[in-house]
Amino acid sequence: MRKHLLEVADLDRADATLVLDTTAQIEQALAGREVKKLPTLRGRTVVNLFFEDSTRTRISFELAAKRLSADVINFSAKGSSVSKGESLKDTALTLEAMGADGIVVRHSASGAPHRLAQWVQGSVVNAGDGTHEHPTQALLDAYTIRQRLGRLDGVRVAVVGDVLHSRVARSNVGLLTTLGAEVTLVAPPTLLPVGVETWPVTVSYDLDAVLPKADVVMMLRVQAERMNASFFPSAREYSRRYGLDGRRMAVLPDDAIVMHPGPMNRGMEIAAEVADSPRSTIVAQVGNGVSVRMAVLYLLLGGAPE
Amino acid sequence: MTLIKNVKPYGEEAVDIRITDGRITEMAPGLDGDDVLDGAGLIALPGLVDLHTHLREPGREDAETVETGSRAAALGGFTAVHAMANTDPVADTAGVVEQVWRLGQEAGLVDVVPVGAVTVGLGGTQLAELGAMADSAARVRVFSDDGHCVADPALMRRALEYVKALDGVVAQHAEEPRLTVGAQMNEGERSARLGLTGWPAAAEEAVIARDVLLAQHVGARLHVCHVSTAGSVDILRWAKARGVQVTAEVTPHHLLLTDELAETYDPVYKVNPPLRTDADVQALRAGLADGTIDAVATDHAPHAVEDKESEWAAARPGMLGLEQALSIVVQTMVEPGLLNWRGVADRMSVRPAAIGRLETHGRPLAVGEPANLLLLDPAHSAVVDPAALASRSRNSPYAGRELPGRVVATFLRGVPTVLDGKAQK
Ligand SMILES: [Zn+2]
Repeated sequence: MRKHLLEVADLDRADATLVLDTTAQIEQALAGREVKKLPTLRGRTVVNLFFEDSTRTRISFELAAKRLSADVINFSAKGSSVSKGESLKDTALTLEAMGADGIVVRHSASGAPHRLAQWVQGSVVNAGDGTHEHPTQALLDAYTIRQRLGRLDGVRVAVVGDVLHSRVARSNVGLLTTLGAEVTLVAPPTLLPVGVETWPVTVSYDLDAVLPKADVVMMLRVQAERMNASFFPSAREYSRRYGLDGRRMAVLPDDAIVMHPGPMNRGMEIAAEVADSPRSTIVAQVGNGVSVRMAVLYLLLGGAPE
Repeated sequence: MTLIKNVKPYGEEAVDIRITDGRITEMAPGLDGDDVLDGAGLIALPGLVDLHTHLREPGREDAETVETGSRAAALGGFTAVHAMANTDPVADTAGVVEQVWRLGQEAGLVDVVPVGAVTVGLGGTQLAELGAMADSAARVRVFSDDGHCVADPALMRRALEYVKALDGVVAQHAEEPRLTVGAQMNEGERSARLGLTGWPAAAEEAVIARDVLLAQHVGARLHVCHVSTAGSVDILRWAKARGVQVTAEVTPHHLLLTDELAETYDPVYKVNPPLRTDADVQALRAGLADGTIDAVATDHAPHAVEDKESEWAAARPGMLGLEQALSIVVQTMVEPGLLNWRGVADRMSVRPAAIGRLETHGRPLAVGEPANLLLLDPAHSAVVDPAALASRSRNSPYAGRELPGRVVATFLRGVPTVLDGKAQK
């Protein structure tokens, strides 16, 4: 494992598999325990540095660190907007003075965790940076797929929606292909980045053609405001062409699962009947998120597992 | 009076050059005299002329002043620089351009030639008083809203027409603003992966295509700033073949660096227009070699530490260039055999002086001409240390790079502004 987890490219196949296996071990170790806590990171300090609001991700990391017995500091730097850029450097120096062992950073600017990693001694974990990456989300998604389908190699994953603005999509493309899955991106051409043809994926504009051959459908959040910049004509048209409803879910193979990184726009990219169906892994993803983040913090801060 | 012994004008046969009263008075072998400067192994070139310098004064004296920028320019071998108008206040009146011009005279290291804004406050809606700036002591001939594109086609047409009466030229920062909202780097494979909003080549090329057609339609002179894409070179080549009065410049950084550097997320590599692909770099070099691109211009853009030591999106675009420009041209154009030394003189002195209508710069190294010249040691190479630069800012993208060539001396009207690689004031 490298020192930081800034993007999924920091993980080769062996590293990624180690994270998933460690996650499974942690879940076993905690199963049936009354006190869900391991002493592994006692005496270590983890700082949650959130420049962007994301209660669910922050709570997930906080819980993960606390379950490993680390001291957790929540440093909410919201309001330090991108226009006040120097605050990132100042904050880094403050954390450095505090002696943070691990820094979990969420930032609206792509690459902010990379900058931070240049200024601090501790390990930096990217908890989502702009439209770049969200590597622990991809790890928890991979873990969830493996848990439900028993494998990742050869699994056919359709990632559907606003790929252009999605850090979740970027991380999942990198990690899932590293782990042997076959990824198809499905979106209107306006929501795919220029240069996507160089990615190790198949691209389709036609959701109906992709669904019968998908083992996993990963729906991305689509903001209705995108229509104001002409990425699509209207929320209704988007939903009609790229939304996952009961009719579309019916053409999926029997074992196929439906994923969503949350928060969902019910009725936009995903219908309520799909989100709440047995195929949906959305609740499992949240729980797995804590375990995967425990594994990441453990491997970065606690050394190799026994 | 100075006598430079055994120096090679344009890298050709070594001669002695005598400078008296600001002019070259003799060029021949075996001259005798006092105040001798040994030019053995050195190449003499006409003093360089920069069409595109940001000196930041007035307004951002923490990043650069006319004096510190002039010193950087002299050290780079320049004898004249055009000071861009995006200062605070904007150089859009005779008063501001005269202030900048006067500060340049006081510094006395290079001729600082103010550029006037095309529109009031760079606002892109109303023509600034171009005639007043042209008639001022600063004698403005180049007009530019650089930093912003004159995006309104009707306004651009009027500006092109209007400056005909002033023997002026509009220098366009070609960037269709609607195509570059929030743009951070070249749009392509890398921007897609890095999650940085793309700046498409078409946003530059579309404006250049429009403007060359407008310039032809109204019979005016157009200059295109910092051309950065292969497509732009193609359009310029086509326009010149059609007889359009268009000239263009390329920056040193676009001749050397590519968007690969954005992968560091270090905003020292953030610039507008952005660093492009290797294919673009090759096309720009070819365009400069065949004369489609007329000039190298630095787009020297000093920035204070806090404007660069941040996350990429928060940083200001721009990089230093004056002190390394000639070295980069040596590395990218001379060493690969794309330009000889006369070619360097043409693209870095003769043509930019002609575009800016400077009468005493860009002149040949010949008896009777103004003694604006530099001496280059082509055999020397050094690693760039931003802390050692004369600029007040440190945002050099060349830190740690070994670059060839060293400016040993620069003369402005016969007075040495640089000797032994050191500024004389
Ligand atoms: Zn510009």
